[in-house]
Amino acid sequence: MGKIVLCVAVITKENYPLYIKTVPMENELKFHCTVHTSLDVVEEKISAVGKALVDQRELYLGLLYPSEDYKVYGFVTNTKVKFVIVVDSSNITLRDNEIRSMFRKLPNSYTDVLCNPFYNPGELIQSKVFGNMILGMMVQVC
Amino acid sequence: MYSDPDSQGTYTSVIPPPPSRTQVKKVSTSVPHDVIAQRVTSTERQDSTSPVISPHQSPPSSPVAWRKHSKQHPSGGSAAGDGMWPAHSPPPNQENWVSFTDTPPSSTLPAMHPASIQEHTTVRTVASATNAMEIRRQSSGYDDPWKITDEQRQYYINQFKNIQPDLNGFIPGSAAKEFFTKSKLPILELSHIWELSDFDKDGALTLDEFCAAFHLVVARKNGYDLPEKLPESLMPKLIDLDDSGGVADRGSETGFSTSPAEVPPSKSPSMPSLNQTWPELNQGSEDTAIVHPVPIRMTPSKIHMQEMELKRIGSELTHPTSPLLTNSPELSEEAKLATTVKFVAGNTVADGYSSSDSFVSESDQIGNSITRQRSHSGTSPDNTLKTAAPPPPPPRPQPSHSRSSSLDMNRTFTASNTGQPQAGVVTCPPAVPPRPQPTQVTVPPLHRSAEADGHAARTSTSPHQMPEQPNFADFRQFEAFVSKSTEQQMDDSAKHAETIPAEKPPDSAGTLRTAKLDGSSDEKPTGNTVKSASSLVPPPKPVRRRLKSDDELRAEPDELAQKTSIINTVLVAQSSIPRSFGKDKKSIQASIRRNKETNTVLARLNSELQQQLKDVLEERISLEVQLEQLRPFSHL
Repeated sequence: MGKIVLCVAVITKENYPLYIKTVPMENELKFHCTVHTSLDVVEEKISAVGKALVDQRELYLGLLYPSEDYKVYGFVTNTKVKFVIVVDSSNITLRDNEIRSMFRKLPNSYTDVLCNPFYNPGELIQSKVFGNMILGMMVQVC
Repeated sequence: MYSDPDSQGTYTSVIPPPPSRTQVKKVSTSVPHDVIAQRVTSTERQDSTSPVISPHQSPPSSPVAWRKHSKQHPSGGSAAGDGMWPAHSPPPNQENWVSFTDTPPSSTLPAMHPASIQEHTTVRTVASATNAMEIRRQSSGYDDPWKITDEQRQYYINQFKNIQPDLNGFIPGSAAKEFFTKSKLPILELSHIWELSDFDKDGALTLDEFCAAFHLVVARKNGYDLPEKLPESLMPKLIDLDDSGGVADRGSETGFSTSPAEVPPSKSPSMPSLNQTWPELNQGSEDTAIVHPVPIRMTPSKIHMQEMELKRIGSELTHPTSPLLTNSPELSEEAKLATTVKFVAGNTVADGYSSSDSFVSESDQIGNSITRQRSHSGTSPDNTLKTAAPPPPPPRPQPSHSRSSSLDMNRTFTASNTGQPQAGVVTCPPAVPPRPQPTQVTVPPLHRSAEADGHAARTSTSPHQMPEQPNFADFRQFEAFVSKSTEQQMDDSAKHAETIPAEKPPDSAGTLRTAKLDGSSDEKPTGNTVKSASSLVPPPKPVRRRLKSDDELRAEPDELAQKTSIINTVLVAQSSIPRSFGKDKKSIQASIRRNKETNTVLARLNSELQQQLKDVLEERISLEVQLEQLRPFSHL
């Protein structure tokens, strides 16, 4: 049974990646490209909010687009930091709640990384703690 | 003391009763550790501790350590941590405690790895900690590599106070970052340490968190690998005075520790209540913790403080107002120079040119820090000593370095002197060879923002041109004199400045030498003389250095302006002496006289140059104003 969560990415508001982690056995480049293309969808959803703005943006964006054999979910914080998760479609859609719970943990972990005074916003995230959390997410879902 | 039942019973009973004592963080997370620490500290500090405890206190380490193990087991939890401790139960701690009073806080970690310790002790990462470490190592006793001894805790607490006077308060992340950056650990490791120690993920460090972080830094500097999760003994004390509460907390913490992946995320959500207890604990612990006066190690700490300040300044470009600076008031100028030198030396080359500027400015500040520090002197003398904190490896400021720093000043003066007449040559970035930093340190007084680059360039230029070859010195000096008088052109200096940055090691040598020249004042080429003009540097410089500096100075002739010619004449007169200097007393005295004369001349030169500098700066300011006025028009 393959892992469900195939890739997790953290992208800044300038749309450059802070952290991308994919399941090793997969073709990483493919996922990187997928994440990149999904950013367009994210941008579209963000800009579509219009007046509602902030509240809307904080919400879990949900399924960005299903394609091939994987699905992409997105989440944007009010600071325009985007989290993208690519999951395998082979399993029954990850229960949306699970996805949501993952998207709750992600910004929390990211906030912890930001709280670290030795971390300069914009740097690649090299925190072991953060990495472990992501790994835990990827493994658990499997 | 090894009688478990008795001791355990005793301790357990002891813990709850004296609330004042228990509070402290020591009681916190690793209860056994805390209790023990408390007891020890309490006995040391207060005689009021319960009578039951006192007898146990006498052989402090062993029961403490031992007890810790036994306690831990009942608490059941800390699997990982416990595993290590029991091995060390028979405590050589006793020895540690014996030496405890005598030694500054030291890390118990070294005991674990004698080999690494050896290295580290020589390296002397943290000044006081290092010393303590050595002692500890010898004494061996380590039942818990992550356990913080009382000495260490006191040291950490004092350091904490330096940054945040309120022991119950928090150290903001930025201040902590500055502080720990001084330890010169890689940022990534510091980041990891922060993640481990910032228990509540609030971006600030409580006293417990700070001690844990500091302890991890010390451990890391001593070669210990950072754990994936916070060791139990380092966890912030979340426990109330209540022992059961402590156990529960410990258990919960243990649970967290056992699930590494979950530790960080689980901390915040699961421990809000624990977090709330922290301030109280901190308060309590602080009171008790502070009672015991901590031995102050003047010299090394001063140096470290200086280093730390320098580091901080250099890395952050902050102002001396930082708490660390306040601590340094007591440092003598020399110590400061020494530390600055060290600090500068310690700073990696990576700081590069940008940092050199900062250093220069910093050194300027540091140089003035004496006055500034006094003004700041918010911290107690203890703090000043302690603030050396995670200083870079103990500064062994070789005499040359200190001198070199002073030499640097001379060089900078020289540079500035040359720069002034040259006005335009300020382009060169402050070449900051790692070694030459002392140069920069001394330079600061002279540096102004505009001049800094130029100066740095010049200083750097001079060294590179002069390989340290005493043999050459003599000849070069004369050559320098000749060349100086002939070549005083900005272009040349500019060229030198630019070429210099490339050669860092020579620069440092050069700076050293130049500094020496100031002191020796014997054979100084014009460049040297200019530098000596700035000769605020302490005169005594080894003869050899002078020779070397002469070499360097020779390189600088280009930079010097008319004034150098004056100096040249003076130097020429003196240059003939160098060799005999070292040998003959009379010649020494004669050279001293000459040096003094040169010093006065140079001092005059210096003041004149300073004046020129001011004028140039004013011009610059006016030009900038004009530029600003013109700028809006550019938009049209």
